[in-house]
Amino acid sequence: MSISQTTETHAPPSKLLTGGKKLATSFVVILTTLLGLLVITFVVGRMVPADPVIAVIGDQADQATYDRVYKEMGLDRPLYVQFGNYLSDVVQLDFGQSIVTKKPVAEDLARVFPATMELATLATLIGACFGIPLGVIAAVHKGTWIDHTARVVGLLGYSTPIFWLGTIVILVFYAHFGLIPPGGRIYVYDEGLVQARTNSIIIDSILAGQWQVFWSAIHHLITPAIILGYAAMAYLSRMSRSFMLEQLRQEYILTARAKGLGQRPIVWRHAFRNIRVQLLTVVALAYCGLLDGTVLIETVFAWPGLGQYLTSALFVSDMNAVLGSVLLIGIISIAINLLSDIVYRFIDPRTR
Amino acid sequence: MSRSGTFSNLHNWLISEDFSSANQARCHKAYLAWLSLVANPLAFAGFAVVALLIVIAVFAPLIASHDPYAQDLMMALQAPSAAHWFGTDEFGRDVFARLIYGARTTLYITILVTVIVAPIGFVIGATAGYLGGWVDVVLMRITDIFLSFPSLVLALAFSAALGPGIENAVIAIALTVWPPIARLARAETLTFRHADFVIAAELQGAGTGRILLRHIVPLCAPSIVVRLTLNMSSIILTAAGLGFLGLGAQPPMAEWGAMAASGRQYLLDAWWLTTVPGIAILTVSLAFNLLGDGLRDIMDPRNG
Repeated sequence: MSISQTTETHAPPSKLLTGGKKLATSFVVILTTLLGLLVITFVVGRMVPADPVIAVIGDQADQATYDRVYKEMGLDRPLYVQFGNYLSDVVQLDFGQSIVTKKPVAEDLARVFPATMELATLATLIGACFGIPLGVIAAVHKGTWIDHTARVVGLLGYSTPIFWLGTIVILVFYAHFGLIPPGGRIYVYDEGLVQARTNSIIIDSILAGQWQVFWSAIHHLITPAIILGYAAMAYLSRMSRSFMLEQLRQEYILTARAKGLGQRPIVWRHAFRNIRVQLLTVVALAYCGLLDGTVLIETVFAWPGLGQYLTSALFVSDMNAVLGSVLLIGIISIAINLLSDIVYRFIDPRTR
Repeated sequence: MSRSGTFSNLHNWLISEDFSSANQARCHKAYLAWLSLVANPLAFAGFAVVALLIVIAVFAPLIASHDPYAQDLMMALQAPSAAHWFGTDEFGRDVFARLIYGARTTLYITILVTVIVAPIGFVIGATAGYLGGWVDVVLMRITDIFLSFPSLVLALAFSAALGPGIENAVIAIALTVWPPIARLARAETLTFRHADFVIAAELQGAGTGRILLRHIVPLCAPSIVVRLTLNMSSIILTAAGLGFLGLGAQPPMAEWGAMAASGRQYLLDAWWLTTVPGIAILTVSLAFNLLGDGLRDIMDPRNG
C-alpha cells in the first residue's frame, strides 16, 4: 500500500521533471545550433577575398578614408570582439546594407522571402499530396510492377537536375505550346494593381479582392511549384514506402487480418495512422530541402524570391546580402525542424 | 567447349562453401555479391552506366572525335549532324567532345569529394560513437549545425567565400556531404560498441585507434559504402547546380552543369545545348542511385 502510494505521489513530478528537462535540453540544442550557424556565416564572411572596406567606400577613396572606415567597421578589433559585434547586429536584425539594392539587407529579405515561401509551400503540398499516397500504395504492393514504377518515378525525381528540368519545361510549354508564362511572378500588366501588405502576392490579392491578379500569380506560380513538388514527391514517396513497410511487418497488422478486416481499413486506419507522425518530420525535412531547390528554380523562372536574391548577390560579391540570405535559410530550417518536433510531441501519445 | 569448362570450373570453385583458403572465402563472398547484382536488373543497369562513365572518362581523348576546346565561330550553333553528333555550341565547339570530357570533370569531382569525405565522416562519427560522453555531444552538435543548412545553400556560401573554381567547389561540396556520413558511422559504431569482441580487444590492450580501424571499420564499411554511392548522385547534382550558377568549373573547362547553363541563352535556337548535358547529368545521377539502392539490398538486407 505504502509503496504504491509513494510511487503515485512521486511519479507525476518526476515525469514533469523529465518533460521539462527534455524541453530545456532541446532549447539548449537550438541555441547552440543557432550559435554554430552564426559562427559559420561569420567565418565565411571573414574568408571572402574581397576587402569589405573597399566594398563600402569603393577603390577610389584615399588612405585616410580607408583607415577611418576600417576602424568604424571594427576590423581593427580582435576577432572575438568582431564576432560579438556581429552577434549584437544580427540580434537587432541588422544584416548590413546590400551593395546592389543600396537598402538594408533585412528590408530586402522581408520583401523577397514571401515569394520563396509561396513557392516552397505550394511545392511541399504538391509533393505530399502525390508522394505519400504513392509511397503507401507502393509498400502495399511491394515487389509488383506498381512498386517498381513508383520506385523508378521516385528515383527519377531524386536524380533530375532541377534547373535543367525547369529549362526544358520552359522550352516545351512556353516556347512550343505557349501554355505557360516564361517566368516572373505576375503578368506585367497586372503589376502595381495590388498594394503590397504581406509581400505575398497571393495573399495580398485575396485581401484586396483582386481576382485577376490572384489568377495571374497562380498561373506563374504553378509551373515552378510543380517542378519543385516533383522533387519533394520523390523523397516523400520513398520515405512513406519504407515507413509503411515497417508497419505492415508488425504483428498488429497480422491480428487485424486474422480478425477479417479488409485491406483498405488495415492500410489506412491501422498502418497509416501510425506513420503520420513520422511523416510529419519528413515533410518538414522536405520543406527545408526545397529551400535548396528554390535557389536554382528561381534563377530559371526569374522568380523574384530569396534564391534569386542570393544568387544575384553572389555574382557581385555582395557578401552582406549573401550571408543574410544564408542565415535566414538556416534559421528557417531550424525553426521548421523545431516546429515539427513540437507538433510531434503533441500528437504522438507515445512520446509523452 | 574447354572455355565453358574453365568457366564452370571457376564457377564451382567460387560457389563452393567448402573453402580451402581464406582467399577462396573472400572470392566466394564477392562472387555472391556479383551474382545478386546481376540478378537485379535495375542495379545492374546502374552499375553498367557507372562503368561506362569510368571508361569514357579514362579514354576521353580516344572517344572524342573533336577537340573539346577548339573554337570555330564559322561553325557556331550547328544542329546535330553526322560530323557533330550533338551539334556545336556558341563557339563552334563540338558538343559531343565536350560531353565526353565533361565525364572527366564529373568523375573528378565525385571521386575527390568522396575520398575527402569518407575518412573525415568516419573518423568523426566513429570517435563520437566509440568514446561517447562529451566528445559525442560536441561532435554531434557540430554535425547537426552543418546538417541544419540545406546543402546547396551551404555549398553556395562556401564557394562564394572561396571564389569560383573546381577545387573550391570540391571543398564546398565536401563540407556539406560529411555530416550524414558521420551520423551513419556513429550509429553503426554504437551497435558494436559493447559487443564482446570489442571488449575482448580492449582487454587485450588494443588502443582506440586500433579498435576503430581493425574492428569497427570493417563492420561499418558496407553501410557506409552504400551511403557514399547514393551520395555520389547528390554530389553530381550539387556540382552541376554550382556549375549552372557559374560557381563550379570555370570556362572553358567542359562541365555538364555549366554547359547546360550557357545553352540557356540559345534555348530557342539550339535546344541540344541544354538538353544533351542535362540528360547526361540525369543518367549518371540516376545510375548512382540505382547502384546504391541495389548495393543496399545486397549488403544490408535489413533496410530492404
